[in-house]
Order: sequence, then C-alpha cells, then structure tokens
Amino acid sequence: MTDKNLKLDTYAKNTWCPGCGNFGILTALKQAIFSLIKQGTPKENIVVVSGIGCGSKIIDYLNLNSFSALHGRPVISGEGIKLGNPDLEVIVSVGDGGVYNEGIAHLIHAAKRNSDITVLVHDNRSFALTTSQFTATSPKGFKGRSTPFGNIEEPFNPLKLMLASKATFIARGYSFKIEHLKNLIIKGVQHKGFSFIEILQPCVSFFDTTQFYNERVYELEEDNLASEKEALEKIKEWNYNTDKSRIPIGVFYEIQKPTYEEQLLKGLIPSKRERIINLDFLINLIKN
Amino acid sequence: MVKDYSILIGGAAGRGSRKAGLMIAKLFSEFGYRIFIYDEYQSLIRGGHSFSQIRASKEKILSHRKKIDFLLVLDEVTIKKHQSDLDKKGIIVYNSDEISLNNKKGVGVAIKTIVKKAGGSRIMENTALISAFAKVIGVDWKTLEGLLKREFKKFQEVNLKIARIAFESSPNLLKIKKLKQKVFPLLTGNEATALGMVKAGLDLYIAYPMTPASGILHYLAEHKREFKIAVTQLENETGIVNAGIGAAYSGARTAVGTSGGGFALMTEGLSLAVQNETPLVIIESQRMSPATGVPTYTGQGDLLFTLTAGHGDIVKFVIAPGDADEACFWAGKILNLSWKYQTPSILLIDKEVSESTFSFDKNILGKIRYEKPLLWDRKGDYLRYKRTKNGISPLAFPGEKNVIIKANSYEHDEFGITVEEAEEIKKMQDKRLRKFEEMKRETEKLPAVNIFGKKTAKKAIIAWGSTKGPAKEVAEKLGIKMIQPVIIEPFPEKQIKEALKGVKKIILIETNGLAQMEKVLNCYGIKVNKKILKYDARPFLPKEIEENLSRF
Repeated sequence: MTDKNLKLDTYAKNTWCPGCGNFGILTALKQAIFSLIKQGTPKENIVVVSGIGCGSKIIDYLNLNSFSALHGRPVISGEGIKLGNPDLEVIVSVGDGGVYNEGIAHLIHAAKRNSDITVLVHDNRSFALTTSQFTATSPKGFKGRSTPFGNIEEPFNPLKLMLASKATFIARGYSFKIEHLKNLIIKGVQHKGFSFIEILQPCVSFFDTTQFYNERVYELEEDNLASEKEALEKIKEWNYNTDKSRIPIGVFYEIQKPTYEEQLLKGLIPSKRERIINLDFLINLIKN
Repeated sequence: MVKDYSILIGGAAGRGSRKAGLMIAKLFSEFGYRIFIYDEYQSLIRGGHSFSQIRASKEKILSHRKKIDFLLVLDEVTIKKHQSDLDKKGIIVYNSDEISLNNKKGVGVAIKTIVKKAGGSRIMENTALISAFAKVIGVDWKTLEGLLKREFKKFQEVNLKIARIAFESSPNLLKIKKLKQKVFPLLTGNEATALGMVKAGLDLYIAYPMTPASGILHYLAEHKREFKIAVTQLENETGIVNAGIGAAYSGARTAVGTSGGGFALMTEGLSLAVQNETPLVIIESQRMSPATGVPTYTGQGDLLFTLTAGHGDIVKFVIAPGDADEACFWAGKILNLSWKYQTPSILLIDKEVSESTFSFDKNILGKIRYEKPLLWDRKGDYLRYKRTKNGISPLAFPGEKNVIIKANSYEHDEFGITVEEAEEIKKMQDKRLRKFEEMKRETEKLPAVNIFGKKTAKKAIIAWGSTKGPAKEVAEKLGIKMIQPVIIEPFPEKQIKEALKGVKKIILIETNGLAQMEKVLNCYGIKVNKKILKYDARPFLPKEIEENLSRF
C-alpha cells in the first residue's frame, strides 16, 4: 500500500465552525479507516454514505468512495449499496434530524433485518445547518427558531429504540473522546450485522453541550454484552432529557445473528453476476 | 360461427374464476387461437364479483369484446350482471346446484354434487365447470386431460375424477375448429415486463406491494433462483427507490415497481438518480383516479405526473408500451437505455397491460440483449462526472482499485465534490443537458411511434399505452390511421410529425378525464380535433370507440 493510496484527505475546503464536534468524528473515522485498511480491508471496498446536514459534509473531506444520499435516506441507500455488492464495507454517516426524524422508518427496518452496515449518528440533538430547530433527541424546552418558547416534545432515547428494533450492535460515543470513538467505529465495522453507533456531538453555534458532556460522560464496563436486560439498564441511565444523570458511552449490546444480505443473496453478488441469459431457457419457462 | 369467441367466467372472489378463465384460454390457445383475457376483480379477498373475459380469435387481438358467446357461471350474481351481454346464439354453462335457469341455451352442471361425489373441495367446482364447457364446445377428452395434468400438480387425481364426471354428463353442442397456427404462450403484461428486464440483464428487483404492479414482484420472486437474480421487498417506496439507486451505484442493474401512489413517494429518488447520474428503471403501473383511487381497475391518469415528476431539471426516459409484447421489448430496452445514459427511466403501463393475459410472441425475447454501458477504460485519473462531449461519463463501481467513486446529490464537480460556484454549477448542468440532447437523438432512431391501420388515411386516431389495443382494432376495421407514441420522453417529435403528414383530422383516445396526451401534443404544436375520453376505470372496448367515431 503506497502513501498515495492512504491519503484520506481531499481538496474540498472544510466549512464546519471552529470547535465543531464533527472534527472529532472526522478524525476518529479517518483513524478507524486507516486502521481497518492496515488490518486488510481493501480501501476500494469502503463506501461512506451520508445525507444532508453539517455532519454529512464529511464525505467531501474523505478521499474514499462515497454516496451523498437524500435527507433521511442514507441508511436505506447504504443498504442498497450493500445489496448490490455485499463485499463492500458500508459506513453510513448521518445526522439526528435525518435519521431520527425524516428517515426513522429506514433505521428501524435496517436494524430489524440486520443489514450488515455501520451507522454513525452525528447527534448534536438539533437541526444545525438549517440554523437551529428541534429534532427527536432535542430535550424538552429546547429553544430553537421554530420553538422560541421551548420545545414541548420530550426526546426519545435512540438506543432504546434500536434495542427494540433488534439491532445486533449498539454503542454510544462522544465526539471529543476520539480514541474511544475510533475503537467503537472499528468494532462496529468489524461486527457482522447491523451496527448502530450514536455519537454525542456538541454544536458550538446553536447547542453547545461540550461542558455538559465533559462533566457527565463516562466509559462503560463492557461486559455481558449479549444480555438485553443489562443493555436496557445501561441505556436507561440517561434519557436524553435530564441533566441529573451521568452518560455512559461504549458498547451496550452485541449479539451474532445471520445478516440480511447473507440470507437473501446466499453468495450471489448482484453487480457481478453473469448477465447473459439463455434464450431457450426463457422460452422453455414460459411454454404453457 | 366466426373464429372470434368471447367467453366470460364469473363468480365470487375466492372461488377461482381467474384460474378457470386462464385454463379455458389455454384450451383455445392450444387450438391455435390468439388470446386476450380481461380480468376484473374488486379490492377484497372473499365475496363480491370477479370475472375473466376471454377472447379467442384467429387474429392477434388486444382487447375484450362486450358480447359474450359463452357465459360460464359459478353463482347467481354472474347471471344477473352478464346475461344481457349474451349473444342471441350464446350458450350459458351454469352451476345447476346453485342456480335454476329457464333458458333453452343453458347447460346446467351439478358441479357441487359432482365435486362432492369425487371427494373434492369447493375450489374444484371450477374444474367441473370447465370440463362441462370443454365438452359443450367439442374439445376432446385427451386435450382436456392433458391440460388438467399440466395445471394440477397437486390434487391431480381428484381433479381428473371431477373432470371426467362433468365431461361425461354434459352434452356436446358444437365443434370449435382447430386453427392451423403456431401456439403462442400466454403471459400477463407483468410477466412479460419481468422477462424483458431479465433478458436485458436485470440483477436486482425491489418493490413494495401495490396493485397492479405486484405481479412483477411475485413473478420475479418466484423465479429468482432460476434467473440467478436478487429480488426483495423493502419497507416503503421511498426506501425502495433510494435503495435501488444505492444498488445501481454498486453496479447492480436494478428496477423498482409500483403504481401511482407509490410513485408519488419515489419522486424524490427520481430526482436523486438524475443528479447523481445513476441508472434506475421505475415501473409505474397506473390505476384509476387520484389518491387510493380504484385500486384494482385501470386508467391512464398518471401521464402528466410521470412526465413532470422530480424536482429540478429532470433528464429521463418515459416509455409507455401498449401490450405484453411491447412491455417485454421496452422493459428490456429501457433498462439498457437507463444504463447507457446513466439516468432514471419510467416504464409507464397500467392495470390493463399489467394484469391482462396476452398471446405472447416469444421472438420478442430474441430481440432483447444485455447492452454493455460505457465503462471506464482504466486509463488516467478517474472522474465520476467527467465532462464529455455527449455528456456521458464512463462508469466505475466501488471495489475498483485505485479509483474513488463519488456519487453526489448536491451539485458537484467532475470528481464529485460539492460545489456552489455559478460557473461550476452551469458546467455540470450543461453536461446533463448534453446527455438529454443525445437521448433525444437516440429516441428518433428507435421505433418510438407505431403506426397501424390505413397509413394513407386522412383521419387518424392517436392512442397510447393500453388504449392501443381497442384503438388499433377499430382503425384496422374502419380503414383509418392509428398513431401510437411509445416513447413519450424525450418526445419523438420528428417521428410523430412524419406520421401526421397528410392527416387532416386527429382524434385522441385515452382513459383519463383531462386529455393528458393532448397537453403533451400541444407542447409540440399538434392540435387535436376530437377527443374520446373514458375515466370509469374500465378500458375502452373497440365497439365504444367505433360508436364514438361515428358521431364525428
């Protein structure tokens, strides 16, 4: 592998605000990919999928195969990419607005069918690029431009949702614990099946939670990962609404199950199959 | 009797009249007749009234006839609804266990008793009815037995027993003539569409259930192992279109299928596929009326919607085949076209094409092949959106060594990085527009417009999609010209104008209320003189068109 091949930067100008949590995620992702490539994942097999929002600009900054999906659709587009060629390593980078609001159905079904992709949620708990509105993980009382008197909805806990949706790998990271996040991403990508990594990420311009997280975030002891009951207990420690509890990060849950692609495709690679079909075979099939 | 028969079989949903209709059609088909079956059923599982109207003719026909020669009756409702359409010389074969009929031309068959005697179940009453009918029209036992053996792999013995009793206890009233013609296989438009795509190298089909397109999903799912392709159902149409574009980005030739409501959800993806230049075939099988409309009935009300679908400047193909042969050919062609031009395309059909059964010309399959798209030659640096003279950039797929492939939904540069500078935006828009010019040229080279009837006639009918069938029949009968635009986007302006040379009067026929094709024609300066529109969710019958034409 030459240095040229490992160059992960592009010529695109980075437009994130100084101090943005996305920098931490980009660094962790680059380090994770670097490490995965060193461990044998062919660079050309990696595809990063993203959607719309600040975090989704990440693909412009990565010299990797990438697919910029529509708002809310990166997870399902990522599943399609995997379906077309299951040899690819699909990493989906999404924002909370896209994945928990606009495209929630896709996330739930991807988890349910155990599609072998890795989803990284850049969760700044607000719509930021559209200059601050509430999302499904914004706390009650959140003051955004559509809720100047405070958000009246309570947030949901995405990890709890993923556990109920049968995700086989559930983790949470923090954008400023880069080494920890890097390792989570590596574990997630290496997990065979649907990997969900929720990443807490401050938005320095509209919802600066840096100090809040710095004070509360702690690393879990990752044991009994196959226990749904224990996972739920850990997940419930923080409900995304209170400022009274500590916030655990790390892997909450991991089990092994057959993946969607291996069950559906049974070794078939749709994009690489023999395309010439015998005419007599077809004519014989329709003979009635 | 003329060699053009009309047979109707009806009963409540769940009693198997559709399968029985198909079997009757197969009997005629084996005798060399060309078949068309119109199936009408309601949006329910049990009860109501379903019927199949079979037309068997020496000539290839593409629509059913109102007048019935043979009425096959499972229940009372069928008699009430269809008796008035029975020809004066027509014959009723009916379930005498359920209906008492005071009709000289009626042949009563105690189907319930027969089935009970043979130890069968209620659904097998069809077998008794068909067998009695076969006897009435002079089909020999051997032919009937052969068909039943092929059709019933399960419960074969009991079905044969029922058939034998019904056959022997029924009278023979006439002798249907065997025609010295090749036997054509019977296929629905949905099956023909599926086969066309498979022949052209379809790798993956994704859909969400929606009548009348579901037949494609069912057929491909049933045969996916033989075809060695992947077929799956995902959570919703929004998901399907976005997954389809993802799969195509990976290099899989993908199609998705739906009806109007599902297509409405897919339009965001249509726009994405234009912008990130990803080939994707969308099959839109129309049904009547807005919203949920009339789910199991036909209509052509989505023409303008499909033509204008997608936000932004949309570069796409819309192709509207009018029968199973055309659906097969164009399903294959549209897959190749989508890949050649790296853009989405819509195969616009309707319930009448999708779910009707046709005598299929298998030579069509020989005309479809896998056409290789423009692939990267592995020389120099790869640019996914390389600005070329004709706007088509070579394709490469993830997994290709030393290459970065960036698909972008934002406006982008040649490499695929997001841009906002005016100059860069215009350059990329121009690239896609050049591609559209190329698509227009290609359209004019293809058989984008069909002409039937008397080519020199001064009076011409314009009909598209499934309305082709009845319109063609009338045009041929009356000696007028019939023009069928098949490719509708890009519009084959030259071919249409050539077809209209010498035509003084244009009559437009379509099954929607707003005369949507007229609006399309008007865009190209073509003025329609008269319109015959139908929007009661039923297809045109040739006779209706003929009667309407006589008024102009």
